[in-house]
Amino acid sequence: MQSKLNKYGYVFILPFFIVFATFTIYPIILTFYYSFTSYSGFGDAAFIGFDNYQRLLTDSYFWEAFYNTIYIWGINFGFQLGIALLLAILFSDIRLKMKGLSFFRAAFYLPNLITIASVALLFGILLGWHHGTINHILLDLGFISEPINWLNNPTTARWSVALIGAWMWFGHTFIILMAGISGISNDYFEAALIDGASRLQMFFKITLPLLKPIMLYVLITSLIGGLQIFDLPMLLTDGRGAPQGSLNTMVLYLYNQAFRVNNYGYAAAIAYGLFIITVCFSLITFKAMYRKSVKGE
Amino acid sequence: MNEQTKKKNKIIKSIFYTLLVLLVIISFIPFYMMIVNATRSNADILRNGFTLIPGQAIVDNYNVLLEYMNLWRGFANSLIVALAVTVLSSYFSALTAFGFSVYKFKGSNFLFVTILVLMMVPGQLGLIGFYDIMRTFGFLDTYIPLIVPPIASTFTVFFLRQFLSSVLHSSLIEAARIDGAHEFTIFHKIGVPMMMPAISTMAIFSFIGSWNNYILPLVVLFSPEKYTLPVMMGALRGSQVAQNLGAMYLGIAISVVPIMTAFIFLSKYIISSISAGAVKE
Repeated sequence: MQSKLNKYGYVFILPFFIVFATFTIYPIILTFYYSFTSYSGFGDAAFIGFDNYQRLLTDSYFWEAFYNTIYIWGINFGFQLGIALLLAILFSDIRLKMKGLSFFRAAFYLPNLITIASVALLFGILLGWHHGTINHILLDLGFISEPINWLNNPTTARWSVALIGAWMWFGHTFIILMAGISGISNDYFEAALIDGASRLQMFFKITLPLLKPIMLYVLITSLIGGLQIFDLPMLLTDGRGAPQGSLNTMVLYLYNQAFRVNNYGYAAAIAYGLFIITVCFSLITFKAMYRKSVKGE
Repeated sequence: MNEQTKKKNKIIKSIFYTLLVLLVIISFIPFYMMIVNATRSNADILRNGFTLIPGQAIVDNYNVLLEYMNLWRGFANSLIVALAVTVLSSYFSALTAFGFSVYKFKGSNFLFVTILVLMMVPGQLGLIGFYDIMRTFGFLDTYIPLIVPPIASTFTVFFLRQFLSSVLHSSLIEAARIDGAHEFTIFHKIGVPMMMPAISTMAIFSFIGSWNNYILPLVVLFSPEKYTLPVMMGALRGSQVAQNLGAMYLGIAISVVPIMTAFIFLSKYIISSISAGAVKE
């Protein structure tokens, strides 16, 4: 009976694969095809071979966008992971027995739930030049004597976006780290406690090594998400990545090439460039984490 | 533990709690400033700058805001899209996961590996082709490009299948078959209830993902009355409302406060979902 019923397997997975083929796989293939054409959104797509990719390799705007994306993600991730790790050390310490974990987790997670568009708009005016709240506070406290035009200077603009990102994501990362820590048997910590291990020893010798798979998950998901950053730079600038292109990220560049100047063929090549970069970075991360864990054994 | 270390621990703990409270304030202060400034007039904000005390201009701000944009419409649109996405992706992912777990058919391994590989592909890769296909089909400026693709949610299928492999017993399905139940009945009466905890975990992710999605609705929607909330927020920035800071803050508050309120009631579920999603990997 079972073997006859097995054909139902196809019936059950059919809707998924129809939609998957139409809305995911076909667009990916079509984008790949367009990346070899000078398609402008209308009329025929003229085949131009590797011209788009050649242009991509020497396009200073694209490499600047690449640099900006990595710069912003790097600062963002450093702060995000740093804060989340410190919080995780604190809440996993069995000597301290900190209370209120569920409250703090929820409070720190809140910014992540808010639509990024709203967050961008909110910080856009909080960071305003003459009438922004952040400048008002810093002026009132006497930290600065002149209002700073945060979003008009390349360095402060990039740092602003990165720190807003860290503010949005540290709670999320903290939750994931805590989930990983709760999977570690308490016996390890009890035994270490009896042996008189210090707080930091416990963290570096027990928690951190056992947390490696979770850390890899955090790193890879954050990296893939970070390389695609779009909403914040789009809505914090004029949509083109000003000042001086310092907030022009790869996806923002892709969006503008496609939907502002109708350069679909070139935008498709940017999409594949971004894809190759993402794959390379993910592989490097996997390799680095794997080698380290082998050495540590 | 002797008295001295106890005392030392107490001091350390109070320092840590202070730092934690400080971090909570950092998480909340932007939202608090938003709410305070939403109640103040533009002139008040320009003249008096920073304050923690609310003003009285909230009704005026609301009127200014609604003159230009009906944010509630965007709110309703986002809600409709997010609910449709959640229901469709939950149902069809459960169906697919069930198909992969219960039946042994030719090519099932190959197809599942395909799902796993494409799970890693960033969403923006096919954007250009996707837009072009939607235009060919005449689906631009409709909700179809937002609602239909989530039927094929690779991560949800993966997650549900992992879950099923640990809870599904073939004897249960055999028993239902002997009783003469149809395969779809078995899915609805046994499969879905069994997967329910995992489905609700993924449903939360689907909803949040759809609710916060910005680039896709930005690309496919043109009519302002069809805008989802994030796109409407983006449009607000370029509108005349941007001249009136109080109204602007109020607009942002309208987009934020209902979600914050929902979160207060749902935070437990949402946080355990995130934990489950990460540890299951």
